[in-house]
Amino acid sequence: MPGSDKETDLTERIEAFLSELKRGGCGTGPLRGSSETARETTALLRRITAQARWSSAGDLMEIIRKEGRRMTAAQPSETTVGNMVRRVLKIIREEYARSRGSSEEADQQESLHKLLTSGGLSEENFRQHFAPLKANVIEAINELLTELEGTTDNIAMQALEHIHSNEVIMTIGRSRTVEAFLKDAARKRKFHVIVAECAPFCQGHEMATSLSKAGIETTVIADAGIFAVMSRVNKVIIGTQTVLANGGLRAVNGTHTLALAAKHHSTPLIICAPMFKLSPQFPNEEDTFHKFVSPQEVLPFTEGEILSKVNVHCPVFDYVPPELITLFISNIGGHAPILCGVRCVQVDEAAPSAAFTDE
Amino acid sequence: MADSEVTDQSGPKDGIERAKNEGKELTKEEKQRLRKEKKQQKKGKEKKDDKAPKESQKEKPPAAAAQPSTQPSTQPSTQAPSQKVCSAVPAPAVAAAAAETTAAKEKPTKSKAELKAERRARQEADRASKQGKKGDGAQAAPAKSKAAPSELQPVVKRLPEHIQVDNPDVLKKLAKKLERQQIPLRSDYGYKVSLFSHLHQYSRKAPLTQQLSIPSSVIHPAIVRLGLQYSQGIVAGSNARSVALLHAFKQVIRDYTTPPNEELSRDLVNKLKPYISFLNQCRPLSASMGNAIKYIKKEISNIPNQCKDKEAKNKLLNCIDCYINEKIVLAAKAIAKYAIEKISDGDVILVYGCSSLVNNILCEAFEKNRKFRVIVVDSRPRLEGREALRRLVQRGIRCTYVLISAVSYILPEVSKVFLGAHALLANGYVMSRVGTSQIALVAKAFNVPVLVCCETYKFCERVQTDSFVSNELDDPDDLIVTRKGKTQLENWQDVELLGLLNLVYDVTPPDFVDLVITDLGMIPCTSVPVVLRVKNVDM
Repeated sequence: MPGSDKETDLTERIEAFLSELKRGGCGTGPLRGSSETARETTALLRRITAQARWSSAGDLMEIIRKEGRRMTAAQPSETTVGNMVRRVLKIIREEYARSRGSSEEADQQESLHKLLTSGGLSEENFRQHFAPLKANVIEAINELLTELEGTTDNIAMQALEHIHSNEVIMTIGRSRTVEAFLKDAARKRKFHVIVAECAPFCQGHEMATSLSKAGIETTVIADAGIFAVMSRVNKVIIGTQTVLANGGLRAVNGTHTLALAAKHHSTPLIICAPMFKLSPQFPNEEDTFHKFVSPQEVLPFTEGEILSKVNVHCPVFDYVPPELITLFISNIGGHAPILCGVRCVQVDEAAPSAAFTDE
Repeated sequence: MADSEVTDQSGPKDGIERAKNEGKELTKEEKQRLRKEKKQQKKGKEKKDDKAPKESQKEKPPAAAAQPSTQPSTQPSTQAPSQKVCSAVPAPAVAAAAAETTAAKEKPTKSKAELKAERRARQEADRASKQGKKGDGAQAAPAKSKAAPSELQPVVKRLPEHIQVDNPDVLKKLAKKLERQQIPLRSDYGYKVSLFSHLHQYSRKAPLTQQLSIPSSVIHPAIVRLGLQYSQGIVAGSNARSVALLHAFKQVIRDYTTPPNEELSRDLVNKLKPYISFLNQCRPLSASMGNAIKYIKKEISNIPNQCKDKEAKNKLLNCIDCYINEKIVLAAKAIAKYAIEKISDGDVILVYGCSSLVNNILCEAFEKNRKFRVIVVDSRPRLEGREALRRLVQRGIRCTYVLISAVSYILPEVSKVFLGAHALLANGYVMSRVGTSQIALVAKAFNVPVLVCCETYKFCERVQTDSFVSNELDDPDDLIVTRKGKTQLENWQDVELLGLLNLVYDVTPPDFVDLVITDLGMIPCTSVPVVLRVKNVDM
């Protein structure tokens, strides 16, 4: 039957995506950039909307929540997956409300107020069936996809506002957003970039070769030299894996040291992060925040006997508290870390959607 | 007066010899002349006189008669050795310095030697005036304060060559000096980051010894071996390098025979100079090595002339052994004793890299049955922490190992940080392996106490506020790494705009350091100049 074929096809795709998530995370650092993950997640959710069987918005939301839980469980550190699921849920709610005819758009500004006063929307509201809902939702998801595709360019467009000539800019590891940002500025201005290599994965090397090919004077330094050269740096521009709800970051390890060094020298720390990296999570205890990979990267098996007698840690992420951050640059403009919580709420309003997973 | 005229005709050498051998005060005529010259200089600048006017009237006629430029210039230089003997000469010394400028103004045409002598005189006078500040009282002081600002005092200290690589004159001078000493010149390698164009950057694959002919008759083989060990990184670490240096010098001294018509005290020092240049070319000398060399040179020059060869050599060998024993071995024991008081049961101690002193402390504390565990932090590209890890694990100490980028993850567990130092600078900054300042910074942010352990022989007179002005650049190829079959930076030399920076040292500001443990006790970072002063007085 064609229906079941579609179903099996869909489940296959979901499984493939989940296993890719699982594999991609426990390698040597993230294998693909967050924007790719976000795009793939959204594309998959669109496919689910198109191919899965559902009759009302509530059903659809239930399906998406279930798949979303499975996806985040496959790779808890990849928060963009969860963020995209939340966005799609919000889209569904909006479209439903629009179909129903109520003026939800006007309540955009009162989102915080609504959050506090409404006791939480009851699920019955989503049981009504609307024929054009599917098409509307798919269209909205397409819009979301176009927005995602444009995020890097939007951020890069703001580069010239922040970089002037003859500056020395420092960055760490490899962030495609920052790469695009710097390359865009390099078209008009001449400046110097220092890249900290970020052991043990040494992604800074790739970043440096790519930047130097684009005509930017680049220097690679070891992680240990961050504080030593910081006195000559004018700005620190970095990317991040996630922006937490309190304005803090979950970024690649070594970023906290970089942020402290920048604070000590009063160098501004600028984060280039698109909106889909914004997550409503708070920095929890060590168990859920940190992710570790094989310590073989740090102390290889060739070291022999001492391996059995020592503990070796290889954390992937660092927590950077919000007071060390000067500015966020996202695809909708720049803003201060303190507003992260507000943005978070504006992006996904109602409490149930924020807790679609059992956290 | 006839005396002075005789001295006028005799060359400068006699004057110096005279002063050296006798160590006497200047004759009255000389003093008068100098005083008068100073007076003239003062008059020229329209400053009021301090000295008695009648002296000036008396001295004017004789001075007007004979004013050869060489004589006044030699007088101050003769005074320089005599400075140390008699304290009553500071004022005339300053007068001489003052005289120099007036003399220079009055006589525009001078020979090169005269100018050189004048410059030397000025320097001696500057030094003398500083000494004189402590000596003479009110009379000298105002005179000096008038004289000092009115002159252009040249920089008394000479900048070391290894931080002036971007100055072609300095490089030329160095090349000439090395040619004279028959030592090959090492050439820089690779693209240097513009911020560090004033430093050397050598490649490990091109050691200096490749350019030496075999057998090399100029440089002792022990020194050649030592130079190679330095440049390849086989002997690394402040203490290890100093001890290796002293042992090599012991071998040199053993093999040394005084040539005829030479004195051991002078000839041996001259023999050591090309060796030191060679070692400097292999790898820039560390502060501890500099202090050790100063000590040896002093000991050698203090050997009395009557001493026979064998005796002198034995004496020197004993001195060196004594130095090593006192300054390094016993100092380590003393520091360990103090440091163990600071380690309590249940501590989690963080160490960085491989410091022989810190390893020693931890091993001793473990033997005294303190219960603690150690976190070893390491950094690319040297990865010295692995060596420290092996030594500690061998003793049975529980260890954890992380890279420096994970420091902010591991620091909440840590109760103390122990760091080693390469040198302690006179303004309280700690010069140590690159990355140390970072660890101190993060420890401060987490409120973890930072203790630096350093022997006193590593204290040095230099001051430095950042890691740029004086540093060492290691081979940039060390940063290249192959991961998963791909070497990103393999052809970095071909890419025009790409540079690799491999620093060796950095300086930690004193506000990050809570305590410095030395063999003299536990002192705060800012007390380093006090210790230096005490040491200088002792020596």
